[in-house]
Amino acid sequence: MTASRLTTGGSAIDRSRPIRFSFDGTNVEGFAGDTIASALMANDIAVVGRSFKYHRPRGIWGAGVEEPNALVDVGGPRATPNTRATTEPARDGLVAKSVNATPSALADRNAFLDRFSRFIPAAFYYKTFMWPDWHMFEPRIRAMAGLGEVDKGWTSPGSADQINHHCDVLVVGAGPAGLAAAKLAAGASLSITLVDDQQKPGGSLGHRAGEIDGKPAAIWIDETIAELAAGGHLILPSTTAFGIYDHNLVGLNQRHFDGRRDTLWRVRPRQIVLATGAIERPLPFANNDLPCILSADAALAYLRRHAVLVGRRIVVATNNDSAYEVAEAVAEAGADVTLVDIRRDGMPATKARLVKGRALAAANGKLRVEGVTLDDGARLDADCVLVSGGWTPTIHLFGQAKGKLAWSEARAAFLPGDPVDGIAVAGAAAGAVSLSEVFAGSQNAVASLGQAKVVTPRSTGVEATGGIVAAWPAPGSKGRIWIDYQNDVTVKDVELAARENFVSVEHLKRYTTLGMATDQGKTSNLPGLALMAGITGRTVPEVGTTTYRPPFTPVPLASFAGARAGELMAPVRRLPLENIHRADGAVFQEYGGWLRPAHYGGRDADADRTIQDEARRARQSVALFDGSTLGKIEVIGPRAAEFVDFLYYNTMSTLKPGHCRYGFMLSENGVVFDDGVLVRLDEHRFVVSCSSSHVTAVHARLEEWRQDRFGRGAVYIHNATAEMATLTVSGPNARKLLETLDFGLSLDDAGLPHMATGHGNYGGDEVRIARVSFTGDRSYEISIRADRAEPLWAHLRQAGQAFDAVVIGLEALMILRAEKGFIVIGKDTDGTTLPHDLGVEGPRAKRRTEFVGRRSLFTEEASRDNRLQLVGLTVPQGDAPLPTGAHGIKRSGGRLRSQGFVTSSYQSPALGRPIALGLIERGAARHGEAIEIQHLGKVSTATIAAPCAFDPAGDRLHA
Amino acid sequence: MQLFPCPFCGPRDETEFHYGGDAGNVRPDGADVPIERWADYLYLRGNPKGTAREIWVHMSCGEFFVMERDTVKHEVLSSTALGGEHAA
Repeated sequence: MTASRLTTGGSAIDRSRPIRFSFDGTNVEGFAGDTIASALMANDIAVVGRSFKYHRPRGIWGAGVEEPNALVDVGGPRATPNTRATTEPARDGLVAKSVNATPSALADRNAFLDRFSRFIPAAFYYKTFMWPDWHMFEPRIRAMAGLGEVDKGWTSPGSADQINHHCDVLVVGAGPAGLAAAKLAAGASLSITLVDDQQKPGGSLGHRAGEIDGKPAAIWIDETIAELAAGGHLILPSTTAFGIYDHNLVGLNQRHFDGRRDTLWRVRPRQIVLATGAIERPLPFANNDLPCILSADAALAYLRRHAVLVGRRIVVATNNDSAYEVAEAVAEAGADVTLVDIRRDGMPATKARLVKGRALAAANGKLRVEGVTLDDGARLDADCVLVSGGWTPTIHLFGQAKGKLAWSEARAAFLPGDPVDGIAVAGAAAGAVSLSEVFAGSQNAVASLGQAKVVTPRSTGVEATGGIVAAWPAPGSKGRIWIDYQNDVTVKDVELAARENFVSVEHLKRYTTLGMATDQGKTSNLPGLALMAGITGRTVPEVGTTTYRPPFTPVPLASFAGARAGELMAPVRRLPLENIHRADGAVFQEYGGWLRPAHYGGRDADADRTIQDEARRARQSVALFDGSTLGKIEVIGPRAAEFVDFLYYNTMSTLKPGHCRYGFMLSENGVVFDDGVLVRLDEHRFVVSCSSSHVTAVHARLEEWRQDRFGRGAVYIHNATAEMATLTVSGPNARKLLETLDFGLSLDDAGLPHMATGHGNYGGDEVRIARVSFTGDRSYEISIRADRAEPLWAHLRQAGQAFDAVVIGLEALMILRAEKGFIVIGKDTDGTTLPHDLGVEGPRAKRRTEFVGRRSLFTEEASRDNRLQLVGLTVPQGDAPLPTGAHGIKRSGGRLRSQGFVTSSYQSPALGRPIALGLIERGAARHGEAIEIQHLGKVSTATIAAPCAFDPAGDRLHA
Repeated sequence: MQLFPCPFCGPRDETEFHYGGDAGNVRPDGADVPIERWADYLYLRGNPKGTAREIWVHMSCGEFFVMERDTVKHEVLSSTALGGEHAA
């Protein structure tokens, strides 16, 4: 037994609430307030994971976010893979498993890999597994390397909340610097948001000595927090500020411990104070990755917060003053302590044995530390080594905000350089060591924001000192010295990178993986680039740092997703009559963002037969169709006619009130963007019936031209699509059916001819009835207030019984329109289709007024004589329909060349044979010609025909 | 995420906006516009480093406006309604 729980003390734990959880199948006992790591430590479980590449045994290094080794997969309803044992609260019944180890961290069956380590240095994979193909090796390598596993059977317990938040000052970090800054800013009547990633505020004051304004630090923390809470300021514990984005938007991820998902906060503060502290670095010596070698500061945190003494015979190795407090404290708690300081002069120690001017050369042991060898060859027994290689300020957020860093030789660290607008850095993050320096920094950070009416906190206890002498990993060192624990990067790997000329930090990172993965090099980056500086004869600032990018710590994807999951991932637009259609057995599908009936009844295997049946019956008597998705964008105003003339390819101003006209809208590059019917209600009022899936885009386009070219007062645009339902009655008996209802207007060819529109009345509501047809049969589109559509639909259905009416879905409608050669933009056209490719040549030849896309219709490209043109394609009776997307091909000299492709293809029940539309080279002039069609290597023959295959004379429109 | 000032609604997240093109890219009318001029209008963009004048649309209110911003520093310099009605 080496590490153990003391019988008294521990500010974070509640001894009256014992808990029990499992780690790698072993029972672990602890107390409420423990982290998984502190409980493992209290139970003397030294090996908690296996390293990424060599499967080396690894133990806990830190006590916070910097932890590179102790990653665990937490199972159960709050499952999280790769979470840090040092930040994950232990709770009763929790099941944790070490990562990258089978069956357990202690007895990992891939541990043999470490014996081959000399053969698998950095970039080994890049160089070795190239031939014949990386993908041949990938599955086995992935199984041997890597971290935790995602539980595929796990489902989310609800979605994460996302909150937008504004405040005057956002203080990141509730250590002494952050608390002081918050207190001062609150005293200047500013609204504060204070966030800290720990459950309890206080930062380093939670385990380091301190006396503030004559009070013990713990009391000062409680009072300060109480004061801020009483002032109505927002205090968010267990919340990590993971990123600063453009214009100082700050992303926060807040953890909850009651089963809820994390909460994502988007904060727009006027001012940010970064009081993010600093992270202790390792020291370079051989086997410095053995279990029971940990950060000195972490050992102090475990002692004072969790009452865990990390060892019995402890060697503390340091290059600075901060480890002295640790050495004295663990000695006081009963350990036998030797303090090895690389500096010759420096502080005295009272309880620890002091060895000055010496460094560790190596740690000895297999599964845990058994002793150390000093650089003079002396050997010491030890069951634990505490290391302090100095402090790296946590300036990630400052770096993300494009803050420049300045190298400090005195601190052996990068500090924040030139200030960034709206961001101040205070405390250890700015290089402060003593509490007096910390508080002076907080005062400066707040000074520019307003006059604080409170006194700056004052340190009244013993002050911490720094006194660091840099101890960077040196080139040519003996043994295996780890730089990056998480990615198994050693001094030799960095040397290899330098030999192969990957000397830039960004190249070094990618070549060796230094600083990648979940910890993003929080402990390893600076030693790694200092080593590169040493190897290449440069200074550390000359080598520079890699780019800081969010997130600071891993953020669950669920937080970013928020409510945007499942149905809300891409919400569909819904029909007012959806429930009625459902009751009728409609099978729904999404079409261009709308959820619409594909057909009624006949699921799965029966779908095709049902669709054929609907299309066949629609031609026999009469069909009812819900066309409510059709665009209804009103264009109103004194220059409305001129406006629609400009927007449409076709001249629209000659349209008479009460009439409709079919036309194209083009993009400025001449390509057909949308087609549809324009209705002229009166002199200055039009309704644009654009395609269902294009309503938003057409509306945006109309607005753009209105505002950019016509002016706000000349035209008004109103998108009324959702206000009206449109019910379509189509077929030879359409008129007879409708005449059984009384709309108060004549529906015959004299009263309402084809392409005319009229107003009637139904149940006290105005209805608009348009004679337009997408089926080729006599059709009436009846538009009515969406909330009054239900009785009309029910009435139509009931009246339809006498005519054997059929309700059809979109799939049947697609067949009916294809029989007529009517196109769907984006299906029968692509991003190169010009209007004359579709046989609509008139406006191009005749129009003299300006319209969108006009000039593009007269380019060399537009006039090419071998353009793809819309055609019909017929196949012999009894053949299967052509595959959509199949290419028309031409053979010349043994080579195949595409001549275009099939865009729509169906079995036509009315014609009893397959029909198809396609875009074929010179197609308009090739009607009657045979063409070879190839699909997935199979070739068949079709005949080019006119697009319209059914009722070419159009008699049925008036039938 | 940048904050863009809509001249009508005030500062809003950039995700509420769509880019509408370079400001001052005047459309040449006519079927006989020289093809080079038309190609300039259609396809060629300044992509300036530094100050850029651009058309943006605030999707929430549907209004187009001119915004001047620095493409290097991501600073917004001005924001004016089309026709210069008023600025926020």
